[in-house]
Amino acid sequence: MSRTGSHPSWGRIPVSSPARVTRPVSGRTPLPSPDDRPVLPYGNGRSYGDVVINNDGTLIDTRGLDHFLAFDLDTGVLECEPGVLLADILRLAVPHGWFVPVTPGTQYVTVGGAIANDVHGKNHHMAGTFGRHVLDFDLATSDGSTRVCSPTTNHDWFAATIGGLGLTGLITRVRLQLKRVGGAFMDVDTHRFDNLRAFFELSAASEPDYEYTVAWVDCSATGSKLGRGWFMRANHRPAMGQPNAAGPRPGPNFALTPPFSLMNPATLTPLNTLYFHRKRRRRFRAAQHYQPYFYPLDGIRNWNRAYGPAGFYQYQCVVPPGDAEASITELLERIGASGQGSFLSVLKVFGDVPSPGLLSFPRPGTTLALDFPNRGDSTRRLLDSLDEVVMAAGGAVYPAKDARMSAAAFQQYFPRWREFAGYVDPGFSSDFWLRVTGDTA
Amino acid sequence: MNRILIVGATSAIAEAAARRFAARGDALFLVARNRDKLEPIARDLSIRGASRATVHAMDADDLGAHAAMLDAAEADLGGIDTVFIAYGTLPDQAACAADPAAAVAAWHTNAVSVVALVTDVANRLERQGAGQIAVISSVAGDRGRASNYVYGSAKAGVNAFLDGLRHRLHGSGVSVLTIRPGLVDTPMTADLDKGPLFASADKVGGDIVKAIDGRRAVVYTPGFWRVIMTIIKAVPRTIFHRTQL
Repeated sequence: MSRTGSHPSWGRIPVSSPARVTRPVSGRTPLPSPDDRPVLPYGNGRSYGDVVINNDGTLIDTRGLDHFLAFDLDTGVLECEPGVLLADILRLAVPHGWFVPVTPGTQYVTVGGAIANDVHGKNHHMAGTFGRHVLDFDLATSDGSTRVCSPTTNHDWFAATIGGLGLTGLITRVRLQLKRVGGAFMDVDTHRFDNLRAFFELSAASEPDYEYTVAWVDCSATGSKLGRGWFMRANHRPAMGQPNAAGPRPGPNFALTPPFSLMNPATLTPLNTLYFHRKRRRRFRAAQHYQPYFYPLDGIRNWNRAYGPAGFYQYQCVVPPGDAEASITELLERIGASGQGSFLSVLKVFGDVPSPGLLSFPRPGTTLALDFPNRGDSTRRLLDSLDEVVMAAGGAVYPAKDARMSAAAFQQYFPRWREFAGYVDPGFSSDFWLRVTGDTA
Repeated sequence: MNRILIVGATSAIAEAAARRFAARGDALFLVARNRDKLEPIARDLSIRGASRATVHAMDADDLGAHAAMLDAAEADLGGIDTVFIAYGTLPDQAACAADPAAAVAAWHTNAVSVVALVTDVANRLERQGAGQIAVISSVAGDRGRASNYVYGSAKAGVNAFLDGLRHRLHGSGVSVLTIRPGLVDTPMTADLDKGPLFASADKVGGDIVKAIDGRRAVVYTPGFWRVIMTIIKAVPRTIFHRTQL
């Protein structure tokens, strides 16, 4: 067995060695016996760091709880168990003209995981987070009780569980409101931009008319080119022709982990520069199936192995709107000067739709996300220096992607964490939670 | 649309196959011991597109219950195109070696009840002049091994039974498929350490649906098990006895 174990995190840095893994099935008591505490739900393993690690405890593998319970084709209300993947929902719902209301960059996350991390997507400026579209759920706790939670019933448990990193109990049933679409295709409008100022201008101009906005940014560019990239804005295409055309076939697979990271200082600048200049035109429009549009990396199975056996860190932060441009400039300068970073760098302006969870990450401002191949101390020092910028700006770092932020940083980023701690089930824990609460919980 | 009877419908492999049947609108009659486990599966399959998903609780060990179940399935579906038998237990080999009653119980579930059920099914389908019988056996039936020979020998009995039945039904319009999965990551194997040879129930379910569609006679899933078992069968006994298989 590899050092990341059978239930690893996506970034493959924290060692996963649970004492036990249980796999509840439908119709049975989902929680393990008290002897097996502390427990932590584990969905499809797409969280990057140690929010899915519970060493020497028990992981509750929820993928067996993957049944649909009801689907109303007229209202788009879907009821399901927490181990259902967004991919399963899309396969079921798109042919009927319904779509997940919010989706992260992979469809291979469970509904339970999407709630526990209160995930966001390219439509954050209009739709807010995933949790805003949850109508209600059942939460089983280790005292043997089950609570129905919604914005009006047990609303405090609802707010604690959304973004609650699986620590408040096990979600056993969810009702979601899906959104109407005309079919499987997107109208995508792509622009090249030359610097960070141009990104902010494009984003502001696009937000009113485009449901989805996001930018790829060249994190190797410096000086006057700092923050250059491609801006992608899109809407669902109205019904026409063959709305339910099948998506693309599954792409290649990283069946084995290469002995070193394919992302390294020798490949970083050429890959980014080539991608920036991939088209001669500065703007192009296309109709695109939702799968390559929303999930380009899902086309390469196990892409995380490209970072080699040492794994990688993902860093995603948000900085407040007032001085976002200055903060992002400072972050990109520090990353550019380090020679680290990678090819997968993303910028997006969040909207001001309030996030429902006590620990929800999205808040008004600009978010930057990028991968760093794990080069040990030098990478951690760089990420600590990025935290200095984010802390000074009054921003936050995303727990779902984190494997290293300090307790002090977490407690500043999530000022309601003590209130949240009152809802943490005494039978539940995670390595992340132990790390960021230190001795103060 | 196919009319499909699934016995052992709460098994992970059966469910993976059933989701594929449901997505193309097949009519399903779902049989298992535990109605509480069966009902959410049936509801799920209906939502995924099954034109019918009727549940029927039956313990396959109770041979006297088979005929009534088959009558109910024929009545509910209006005739049966495919019978998919997916139940089984993985007995504790050490317990079976120590206790004759445990060995016989393992044989009863994994061999005797299958022989009884398939005999009744075969006669019904033969009368109707069409249909397909698909039975999950195991690669363990290919050679008896110290670690698992009670289960393996029950599956070997099923394999030979199905070979003979296929021979008998040749030309009758009824086909017989023997499914030989290798190691599959399911609740049945929850207590085994998982190595790289383990396949997902979803992969195996997909292979089974392809073999049913192709009206194959024997399918190893994943396919590499055909090679592994060919080698295991070829090892001379003097060497085989020194292994820990």
